[in-house]
Amino acid sequence: MPIISASGLARTFTARTGPVHAVRSVDLTVMPGEIVGLLGPNGAGKTTTLRMLTTLLAPTGGAATVAGCDLAADPAGVRGKCGYVAQSGGVDPQVTVREELVTQGRLYRLSKADAIARTAELAGQLGLGGLLDRRTAALSGGQRRRLDIAMGLTHRPAVLFLDEPTTGLDPGSREDLWALVRGLRDDFGTTVVLTTHYLDEADALADRLVVVDGGRVVAEGAPAALKTEHTGSPDASLHDTFLAITGRAPAAADTAPLAV
Amino acid sequence: MLLHDTSLIFGRYVRQTLRSRFQILFGILMPLLYLLFFGPLLTGLPLGSTGDSWQVLVPGLLLQLSLFGASFAGFSIIIEKSTGVVERMRVTPVSRLALLLGRVLRDTLLFTFQAVLLVLAALVMGLRAPLPGVLIGFAFVGLLTVSLASLSYALAMKVRTPQEFGPVVNSLTMPSMLLSGLMLPMTLGPVWLDVLSHFTPFRYLVDAVRDAYTGRYATAHMLYGVLVALAFALLAVTAGTRVFRRAGA
Repeated sequence: MPIISASGLARTFTARTGPVHAVRSVDLTVMPGEIVGLLGPNGAGKTTTLRMLTTLLAPTGGAATVAGCDLAADPAGVRGKCGYVAQSGGVDPQVTVREELVTQGRLYRLSKADAIARTAELAGQLGLGGLLDRRTAALSGGQRRRLDIAMGLTHRPAVLFLDEPTTGLDPGSREDLWALVRGLRDDFGTTVVLTTHYLDEADALADRLVVVDGGRVVAEGAPAALKTEHTGSPDASLHDTFLAITGRAPAAADTAPLAV
Repeated sequence: MLLHDTSLIFGRYVRQTLRSRFQILFGILMPLLYLLFFGPLLTGLPLGSTGDSWQVLVPGLLLQLSLFGASFAGFSIIIEKSTGVVERMRVTPVSRLALLLGRVLRDTLLFTFQAVLLVLAALVMGLRAPLPGVLIGFAFVGLLTVSLASLSYALAMKVRTPQEFGPVVNSLTMPSMLLSGLMLPMTLGPVWLDVLSHFTPFRYLVDAVRDAYTGRYATAHMLYGVLVALAFALLAVTAGTRVFRRAGA
């Protein structure tokens, strides 16, 4: 029984110059406990797909169920069962880590006592213990990212959506974050859907890749299977595989950023 | 649930306001300057209305406080859009109406507090008005703040940058102020101006508060003022909630 199933999901924006088909038609099936990577160049429709699946944006076509709730009929049900971490994060720079986490818990309708207990638990789990009374503006990039993820986990969601989770992080922090995501799946059975345009990240982290280009799914499968299918060799680089699938390089920055 | 969610959002934004004490006092500066430097000019002028000049001017300044303050409430949400706070909240099960109301009630508290300070200063300057009338005045400030702040948030959710937001709000508040008769009673002017001013909701509120300040509570002005203020608030909150429900922000 899939935990996410989407068929023909589409979103068209109206711009001054005419309609823009951000997502043309996305079919997606995700099983519980999977880590799925949505891979594609900038503008492929990855973020729009995530924003539709998390109820932030109403689809203009298609249908989807997330964690047993229909996206159109029961958006509140979807919100209660999934967590979403946007690329920009979502914390106020002037507010302390503790206040953000407790408020977030209460927005998810935890009692005050439960929200406080959950904050302590998440702080331990994500290495934020000593930082609770700092303003979020004072956190490093890696710490901020861990806080963003903690915010998405307050209500123990069955599905966690991460949009470009490691953009702007140094290599050490990226690998910490990968370990964290694997831990979520291994320890809590959380299903994770993440977008990335870093091929090494997709290769290292995802059980299965869904390649999106021009608002459609153009290929999907486990990394090794995709490589074999599209280049003939399981040892090919994901970069070559991507080239073979889409006919072009994934993005300007297709490798991990170097630490400065 | 709505109550729980609203008080949660309200608490968050009250704490935000308390962090910037500067903002709490700064908002009252402009009406206070009018009170100090403009008010004395009116004493002794024939304003064509019952009550002395302070009873005409102070109701106008109260609504001006709300008009210029609450209309810009949306600025804060433009910043919150860029930090992702708005989306993060919209993805939780929190009530969409509460996302708006919690913020709007904070603004109402802030501007009513500023209104109280303004009236206290006016008392020192020479204002004399019946207590029930003064309290009715605060109620109108509150209702107008609910309306204008809701519309301001709705607009701010739609625009992309503060550079777009500021000029739009300015171009709406300036003519509103001039046409409302906030400064001087519109009845002093030519008929066409008086008629035109009735096309803004503010005119009815100003007339109602001026009646209240002279102790006349059962007048046609009061009835129209109450009806217009309530209808405006209902419309504005409905429009604002709609934006929070479906914004692509």
